[in-house]
Amino acid sequence: MNFLYSEDQRSFQESIGAFLSQECTPETIRASWETETARSPQLWAKLAEMGIPGMLAPEESGGLGLSEMELVLPLEETGRVALAEPILETAALAVPLLRDCGNAALQAKWMSRLVSGEAVATVGLAINPVISDAHIADLIFLQHGDDEIHAVEKDQVTLTAQPATDPSRKLFTVAWSPSADSCLVAGEQGKELLAATLDRAALGISAQLVGAAQQLVDIAVDYAKDRQQFGVAIGSFQAVKHMIASVQVAIEFARAPLARAAWSVAHATSTRATDVSQAKLLASEAALQAARVALQVHGGIGYTWEVHLHIWMKRIWALEASFGTRAWHRRRIGAALFGESVSLPSFGFDSEV
Amino acid sequence: MDLVYTEKEQNFRREVRTWLEANVPTERLPTFDRREGFEAHRAWEQKLNAGGYAMVSWPREFGGLGVNLLEWLIFEEEYWRAAAPLRVNQNGIFLLGPTLMEFGTDEQKARFLPRMAASEDIWAQAWSEPGAGSDMAAIRSTGRIEGDEFVLNGQKTWSTRAGFADWGFGIFRTDPDSTRHKGLTFILFPLDAEGITVRPIAQLDGETGFAEIFFDEVRVPLWNQLGDLGGGWGVAMATAGFERGLMLRSPARFQATAKRLVHLYRAHADEVDPAVQDKVIDAWTRAEAYCLNTYRTASLIEDGGKIGAEASLNKIFWSELDVEMHETALSILAARAELLPVASEAGDVGGWLDGFYFSLAGPIYAGTNEIQRNVIAERLLGLPRAGK
Repeated sequence: MNFLYSEDQRSFQESIGAFLSQECTPETIRASWETETARSPQLWAKLAEMGIPGMLAPEESGGLGLSEMELVLPLEETGRVALAEPILETAALAVPLLRDCGNAALQAKWMSRLVSGEAVATVGLAINPVISDAHIADLIFLQHGDDEIHAVEKDQVTLTAQPATDPSRKLFTVAWSPSADSCLVAGEQGKELLAATLDRAALGISAQLVGAAQQLVDIAVDYAKDRQQFGVAIGSFQAVKHMIASVQVAIEFARAPLARAAWSVAHATSTRATDVSQAKLLASEAALQAARVALQVHGGIGYTWEVHLHIWMKRIWALEASFGTRAWHRRRIGAALFGESVSLPSFGFDSEV
Repeated sequence: MDLVYTEKEQNFRREVRTWLEANVPTERLPTFDRREGFEAHRAWEQKLNAGGYAMVSWPREFGGLGVNLLEWLIFEEEYWRAAAPLRVNQNGIFLLGPTLMEFGTDEQKARFLPRMAASEDIWAQAWSEPGAGSDMAAIRSTGRIEGDEFVLNGQKTWSTRAGFADWGFGIFRTDPDSTRHKGLTFILFPLDAEGITVRPIAQLDGETGFAEIFFDEVRVPLWNQLGDLGGGWGVAMATAGFERGLMLRSPARFQATAKRLVHLYRAHADEVDPAVQDKVIDAWTRAEAYCLNTYRTASLIEDGGKIGAEASLNKIFWSELDVEMHETALSILAARAELLPVASEAGDVGGWLDGFYFSLAGPIYAGTNEIQRNVIAERLLGLPRAGK
């Protein structure tokens, strides 16, 4: 039993984090709002050079052949800088879906292009009413019914933009004609693949929420040290300190469940669904609390467009509701707790010998 | 990262489970807040020690099993799974024991540790004073040096286990001209020494879990000083660090409560408001989170890492979780929650009310959660101290 990421894994996360904080700043994000796609092909090419979109792709396709355990590390960093590029959609959803779909022709056509950054893909699951980043996607995977996944290319779909409050979020509804040709998998295999995709999405979002929450705490701390009222820094007041400390507690206790959920997804354990739901629930609550507290610490200035706070706040509000609300994830945990089974899926305690 | 138990760990779990299944008393012991129950718990500690399981985390040279922190977590999981008695020797095992190993002389270790392991001496902590609670540096109890003795005077309060324990430890002002953190010395004293009066304090539930200790010209040898003369604050902080850190409240305690809460909800699902279900799910999720985080911290420490102010995050989390779980249980029991188990209408109220009372103390003892939040804000996040 060892709960620590290795030295290599940690330095990988650090180097991605350092790279992203150079490349993706509030200024570049604001500049992207003025562009047609709000996405940067240059940045995507650099991310692909680092291997990020293809982290879960097999090595023979040029991928890194890693697992979700490693993938959550850069995802946390994308949340920290509020990256808009579709790393979650491509690296965490589309690539493993393509990898596991069993369609060799589709894999041959797309895998190396997704890995190299030449192509972008996104995934639409029924749990969300809209699909993120369809406007730049060359390949789109779409859930149809409760057991089918279809693959369509960009010239086979009609997109309707669904403008969102976060100018970085590019959301669409997709009109298309499902056919036997477009259907990748169905039946039990389709259900399993859909469930795995949903769990990867919720896991990846949990990592992004943890990163975004920590960023907001750090921003709030900096502001509280700097801003003076009554002749002292407002961060010296206990009322301010305690709010921020409470958020840090919530973030800290979302981290280990996140790592555990990543392990469970990577190893397809029997507790995968509950582990992911717990991670999403805890990360969502920590991030929502971070958004409220960061705003409160800033006071009026935090309520303005000019201050960058809303970049993270809006991202948190969006991610928290995507791929299963807190209520949805609670129900999934509840199904494990209140079913017929006498044994509960606890870690450590009450475990089998 | 490898979240699978090793063969060695699984073997240890099996051994502990087997021993506990054969040895845990089938009937619940009477509370150690009374003399008879205290002695029954001491006898249980001695049985544990005879089985080799009293001090699993201590090095073998001091009578422990020398297990690492991950194995300690496994031991605790089995201990709570077996519903074994609460540890009357907690102050010794987790607080004074490790402090003695770090700061004690060889003679002190030889004198105290074996008796502690055998529960021949049960220890009481004596931190707080009437005027020194959260502000522990305001300590006024004194230790005057006369020849080769300290002469102790003053008053300690909220002293856990003091009602029936054999020895106590605390810090005393040995330099009369000192203020605040300086001039304090960590001193060990027998509770039956002449001049000591122990006055039990009745708690919310009417039991006497803690006591006041009055010192009137109490003479103890200078030899009873732990660490340096005037260095008591540092020794106390190390002890408090053990307390707030990993070992005061092991995760299995809360996972056991969460499991009982799930079963309580299942038994009452037809009659309680559906909103309560969310609270049960949250409680279980948080108990798991506490467990997972503790495994992470234990791995970090085994890897050579240290925890300092992070211990404050733990203390806040488990203490608030414990209150939430018990509040939820009481809301499921609804109008029966106020009944004592002896009431004929009590149904399955069990120990929830006792647990609720105990949980309410959590955010207060071992450093209030307000102090912990200050620690997080100032030492972990770097926010300025008051007035800066």
